[in-house]
Amino acid sequence: MADSDKGVTIANPWTHLRRHTPARIALGRTGVSLPTSEHLAFQLAHARARSAVHHALDLTKLAQDLSRFGPVVEVHSAAPDRPTYLQRPDLGRRLSPVSAAKLAAEVKGPFDVTYVVADGLSAYAIEKNILPFLETMLPLSDKSGWSRAPLIVAGQGRVALGDEIGAIVGAKLVVMLIGERPGLSSPDSLGIYLTYNPKPGLTDADRNCISNVRADGLTYAQAAYKLHYLATEAVRRKLSGVNLKDDAEALPKSDGASAGNFLLDGPKS
Amino acid sequence: MGSFAHVVGGERFVFDDLKDLLAKASPLRSGDQLAGVAAETDAQRAAAQIALADVPLTVFLAEQIVPYESDEVTRLIIDTHDKVAFKAVSHLTVGGFRDWLLSDQTTSEVLTKLAPGLTPEMVAAVSKIMRAQDLVLVARKCRVVSKFRNTIGLEGRMATRLQPNHPTDDTAGIAASIVDGLLYGNGDAVIGINPATDSIGQVMSLVEMLDAIINRYEIPTQSCILTHVTTTIEAINRGAPVDLVFQSIAGTEAANRSFGIDLKILQEGYEAGLSLKRGTVGDNVMYFETGQGSALSANAHHGADQQTIETRAYAVARKFKPLLINTVVGFIGPEYLYDGRQIVRAGLEDHFCGKLLGLPMGCDICYTNHAEADQNDMDVLLTMLGVAGISFIMGIPGSDDVMLNYQTTSFHDALYLRRVLGLKPAPEFEAWLKAQEIFAEGDQVRLATDVPRAFRRAIAAE
Repeated sequence: MADSDKGVTIANPWTHLRRHTPARIALGRTGVSLPTSEHLAFQLAHARARSAVHHALDLTKLAQDLSRFGPVVEVHSAAPDRPTYLQRPDLGRRLSPVSAAKLAAEVKGPFDVTYVVADGLSAYAIEKNILPFLETMLPLSDKSGWSRAPLIVAGQGRVALGDEIGAIVGAKLVVMLIGERPGLSSPDSLGIYLTYNPKPGLTDADRNCISNVRADGLTYAQAAYKLHYLATEAVRRKLSGVNLKDDAEALPKSDGASAGNFLLDGPKS
Repeated sequence: MGSFAHVVGGERFVFDDLKDLLAKASPLRSGDQLAGVAAETDAQRAAAQIALADVPLTVFLAEQIVPYESDEVTRLIIDTHDKVAFKAVSHLTVGGFRDWLLSDQTTSEVLTKLAPGLTPEMVAAVSKIMRAQDLVLVARKCRVVSKFRNTIGLEGRMATRLQPNHPTDDTAGIAASIVDGLLYGNGDAVIGINPATDSIGQVMSLVEMLDAIINRYEIPTQSCILTHVTTTIEAINRGAPVDLVFQSIAGTEAANRSFGIDLKILQEGYEAGLSLKRGTVGDNVMYFETGQGSALSANAHHGADQQTIETRAYAVARKFKPLLINTVVGFIGPEYLYDGRQIVRAGLEDHFCGKLLGLPMGCDICYTNHAEADQNDMDVLLTMLGVAGISFIMGIPGSDDVMLNYQTTSFHDALYLRRVLGLKPAPEFEAWLKAQEIFAEGDQVRLATDVPRAFRRAIAAE
């Protein structure tokens, strides 16, 4: 903290509550405004999140890394580059003609499920989370006896791209694993979207979403448990989306997470 | 359905129909370019605005942007239009309406009476030919009051939604952000959580937790879990202590269907909320969110511009007498509002249009990390909306939503606005803040320096 902060800034005596949340609590104040150090820390975090948006995913390397789980097919959306991708979400939702033809030629269904991995708005999310997540999820998936299409790796992809891919390969379920838009404190968060009977033209109401999957967010085990539950129910009830409620009870929290609530524990003061 | 034309400098601009004219007259934004409906040149836009100014308001009752037969939102707008209230302006053109709105004779009382006589399309049209200062001046004249456990929208006051989101809904993590917010004087509009997942069990436990906190600390405010309306209905059926029923809404039937709702489902949610009778000073039980671009995002915009469609969502909201409605203006991304300039303009438009239609309008003054915007842009919009008399804004620790991954206004930002404009919280909440010694006594908003007695034990025990 700069020397000039001393004397006029007021600290908040609840900084210890930060262990419960990544939120920017107890920042202190000068008057009613942010102290200089906190203001400038924010500027730096914003600069970093901006760079996450523009970082490119190395699809070839990703395909190599994922080959341990079985065959991998690489495809691209109709958005040729990042600037186009950011301004034309419609192009990110469909395959390039070349990729659509390649997929139809190389992958022949039917399958119970196809897993698609796409950069979305954060390649960091895939780089950091996809291997440990699939290591947790795929054994659960295979144990249920679901036939699985080759893993599909997609560049410049949006969520709905999974529906077209699922339709082409002839899968009952598509699971889209995609980089969420980077947050100030979480530039590497993975999102998971599930669609039953995927086809182009579906909307968000037809999908179920599990978000914030990353080391400091929803754990891989919790996310895999929820996804497995939702997928099982989707197959049983032949639907996904708002009519398929996520009744899966959360797994017991791992150590460090709190069970109680300090605002409500103990006698009333 | 006739076409519209205007000649400027020897060049004749023709617009196919009212929908085309509205789109071409709309100030530039990326979403309209994405939809292929934006003006192609600045001159075409200016010509469209001049042509639009000559259109009589009655034309908006005769010609529909989205067909009456195939869209229940259009039917709602037309079937509930108050012709008696409309009489005050029925002789005017869009341009004449702008002059009338800005005139000295048009007072708060006049605007309150007029609101049910206006359709969203009329309001959207006039906003397109107004400058930022016009949008501020007229919105400031509108007075919309709503009530549940406190009173939102009184003159000289502005409320905040305390948004204590946590990436995994950890209860202590949520509680930590609630303490931070309350001790910074935030939370009178609502304490509202976006849950990380849409699970009924999770929603039930969060509703119960907020209810327990509000009861224990006797906070004159209301809670809300921002989950799908059908989940909230299910929670109410299972006995959850729900204060406000939430739903995201849009301006066409098809876009609402993409959210998994229609007017009938909203009515069920509204009645479920009312049935609990948990309000103490009023029974406004709904909380809605909207945002330009959501209809296009669902490919449900009917070739109309995004600001007109957004305004139609306010007709949906109006039917259910909400306590709160806010546009989440910069949330959806740069493909709809590209940069700070477009976000600022859209925020002012949405607030103006909502207020003119008689809604308790707030704004989530926000941006994402893939938009060309930063904190300076948000300060501009925050300050202008404060001057415009906005009903409520968001409040979040340090502007950083660690669950939804975007930046909105902070607890500090709300205090800044209170300080520079002399704005107070809702009266019931203000009295609580002073009784708790969170705010120091006196006319100017000032935080006390000690931790309030009621929170000392909870914070120290940690």
